Amino acid sequence: MYFTTDTATAPNSKIPDGDLKEKWSNFKDKARLISPNNRKLYQIIVVGTGLSGASAAATLAELGYQVSTFCFQDSPRRAHSVAAQGGVNAMKNYKGDGDSVFRMFYDTLKGGDFRAREANVYRLAECSSHLIDQAVAQGVPFAREYSGYLANRSFGGVQVSRTFYARGQTGQQLLLGAYQSMMRQVNLGNIKSYTRHEMLDLVTENGVAKGIIVRNLDTGEISRHPAHAVVLATGGFGKIYYLSTLAMGCNGSAIWRAHKKGAWTSCPSWTQIHPTCLPQAGNYQSKLTLMSESLRNDGRIWVPKVKNEDRKAAAIPEEDRDYYLERKYPSFGNLAPRDIASRAAKERIDAGHGVGPLKNAVYLDFRDAIATHGKEGITKKYGNLFNMYEKITGINAYEQPMMISPAAHFSMGGLWVDYELSTNIPGLYAIGEANFSDHGANRLGANSLLQACIDGYYVLPQTLPQYLALLGKVTAPEGGSEAFINAENQVRSQLEELSGINGSKTVDHFHRELGKILYDKCGLSRTAKGLTEAIESIRVLRLSFYQDLKIPQVTQGINEELEKAGRVADYLEIGELMCIDALSREESCGAHFREEYQTPDGEAKRNDSDFSYISCWKRGTDAPVLIKEPLQFEFTKPTERSYK
Amino acid sequence: MDFKLKIWRQDNPQSKGKMVDYEIQKISPDTSFLEMLDQLNEALILRGESPISFDYDCREGICGQCCLFINGRAHGPLDQTSTCQLHMRSFKEGETIYVEPFRAGPFPIKKDLKIDRKALDEIIASGGYISVNTGQAPEANQTLIDSDTVERAFDAASCIGCGACVASCKNGSAALFTAAKISHLFQLPQGKIEHRKRIENMVATMDELGFGACSNTGACEVECPQGISISHIALMNREFWK
Repeated sequence: MYFTTDTATAPNSKIPDGDLKEKWSNFKDKARLISPNNRKLYQIIVVGTGLSGASAAATLAELGYQVSTFCFQDSPRRAHSVAAQGGVNAMKNYKGDGDSVFRMFYDTLKGGDFRAREANVYRLAECSSHLIDQAVAQGVPFAREYSGYLANRSFGGVQVSRTFYARGQTGQQLLLGAYQSMMRQVNLGNIKSYTRHEMLDLVTENGVAKGIIVRNLDTGEISRHPAHAVVLATGGFGKIYYLSTLAMGCNGSAIWRAHKKGAWTSCPSWTQIHPTCLPQAGNYQSKLTLMSESLRNDGRIWVPKVKNEDRKAAAIPEEDRDYYLERKYPSFGNLAPRDIASRAAKERIDAGHGVGPLKNAVYLDFRDAIATHGKEGITKKYGNLFNMYEKITGINAYEQPMMISPAAHFSMGGLWVDYELSTNIPGLYAIGEANFSDHGANRLGANSLLQACIDGYYVLPQTLPQYLALLGKVTAPEGGSEAFINAENQVRSQLEELSGINGSKTVDHFHRELGKILYDKCGLSRTAKGLTEAIESIRVLRLSFYQDLKIPQVTQGINEELEKAGRVADYLEIGELMCIDALSREESCGAHFREEYQTPDGEAKRNDSDFSYISCWKRGTDAPVLIKEPLQFEFTKPTERSYK
Repeated sequence: MDFKLKIWRQDNPQSKGKMVDYEIQKISPDTSFLEMLDQLNEALILRGESPISFDYDCREGICGQCCLFINGRAHGPLDQTSTCQLHMRSFKEGETIYVEPFRAGPFPIKKDLKIDRKALDEIIASGGYISVNTGQAPEANQTLIDSDTVERAFDAASCIGCGACVASCKNGSAALFTAAKISHLFQLPQGKIEHRKRIENMVATMDELGFGACSNTGACEVECPQGISISHIALMNREFWK
């Protein structure tokens, strides 16, 4: 058996009492507070400076706490939130097209295939409106109408326009807003920013988070950082697939090392495979670039009706084109949610209708949109995306359709957190993509920037005092205890072990191999047989990694191979848990598609009576232990998710 | 495709660096420049040699971390393209390619092609923001801004902080980087209140950190991967002397 089940432990999600619409207010009404004069006595560590980390760090520092931030990049501004293109959702109902907090909540819950907590998702929708106010005040140049009012567009899985956008660089602009707020606090002395520092362990004493061990990536120096609370804002681990839309440095190490210290991991197998990315073109490719989902507002997706079509796109007449999303999902069409659009693309590609040199892509065609809105209209909306497409592929998408393909993009899974964003380790919080909270089994487009910001600006700063206030008399945190010494020694010996293997294969070799296993067996569709094979293959690969890895044998100074080796060592463990998680869930939901469980027309078939729970994985002595947090739907009725 | 490479190697900030020759064969024209270096590094590691250190992260032209000086130009031969978006099809078969770090006094070399750009963060920290705390903001549509103004502000705000402007300037000036932030915030109504203090502090910090003065050669604008115009420097200078 690959796992055991613990039915005795009941996770406490700490959902406040009351009607759905009053839960967050009820929480805030009763929450413990720290008085303004005392806040400076508390030291908070924030790991990761993307949107969730930077916004949390800035807000906590504004409130008066002493904050230290850590990022592996050479500047906090480079965290991968910067790359988000399309937009951020918020319930303003500026369009008057029938939007409401409840509708946004319901869209998100349904988009996640009813595998998230109602209360969390409602809070996300409820707080969304303030975020736009805050971002505009920071100087984020959101798109505007000629009248000067804010503009909106539509994203997948919804029938209203609630997406705010800043060209195709919404993530960059939101992140710069948060980064600038953070740098303002650095200037005021309330934040100490450590760049090029990577967290390598969480320190716990008697089951409580006390600080972290970090490595300075420039000098190799290992140091201890004690604190009153630790916040992990380290993003997603989709780079585990090697080829993904993520930045090269994105990793799962911080959350995995916290997991090894006792933090539960939830639903790690729920990975969003984004439908509109550039297809793989060669073996040494290092990433798959995302093309914003917003392109699906105007682009039409199709494949040739004939298998192995060899005519060029322009030469294929209308009657020989299969606009399969419009055909299968007439009411949402090209704006079907990501999991559905990706699976539909894979189905067509696997059936022999793929296009491009490797027959691994589908067309995203702007011919009709250009005819309607003119080239200028399209340039204004998507100019930078068309430029980016041409830079990478050498193809002018005004003249030929883009070729796109699904790629690993977002981790819905992550560290388990309660309503207060606390993990099961007191004093350890997880925010943004690093946690499992609001997106269920599939995230809607333009909700990732939103969740990162809501967690960082609005939720964590309100919930953290709940914990801090219980610490009693505050003393300066200390890093001299046995727990710190042991954690530091463990970090040192792992680095020595990795650099001492002296085998014959590079880190990237192992990463690529792992990626292949996961793409094939734990990607867009999964089977019990495939997952079992994947677990066995990963175990073999992991053994080989520890026998045959070759990296430069220096632990001092810059050694990128050593950095990557630590991350891949963790990926080799995370990958196994992903497969076990996918194996344990004998249903299909959202991005988790088990071929054994599908409706007659090939859609995901949920099993609410047996699997309406969040998986919480705990380390076990021999095998991981599954704890279930049952999901309760008091205010909605889970239905079959239809976008037809 | 086959290439000859001359690459700057330097062990640490203190040591003296030098150009070292490498050769690489059978590279697909669709390989990106950084993926070509990845392949070279894999070969170096397997030969027991030390791989070349260089900066990168997103590899889609937006994080601003990659920063190579290729054949005498920041980010290589293409206009408005960061190093990670450059592909080998932009080079000639058999060509000798010179690869160096971005060089400027305030950007010390850490190792090989990796540099320290903390100074750019310090410029931002000295005033590159609107001082609004979380929760203070008024309703977003209470501040109407005409779309042309937003677009102009956006042109400046699109800076990715790579430092190509500094590395391309014969004076090592950070005028374009600094002016882009000043201009972004100045053009928006919500950024005007702190404008005076912002411009004084940011310009002073830029000078203190050892960046040179701007002598309007325009090299920064030519090499900026985001195509940010030197008209923002003009705006900064005009406003500074007001």
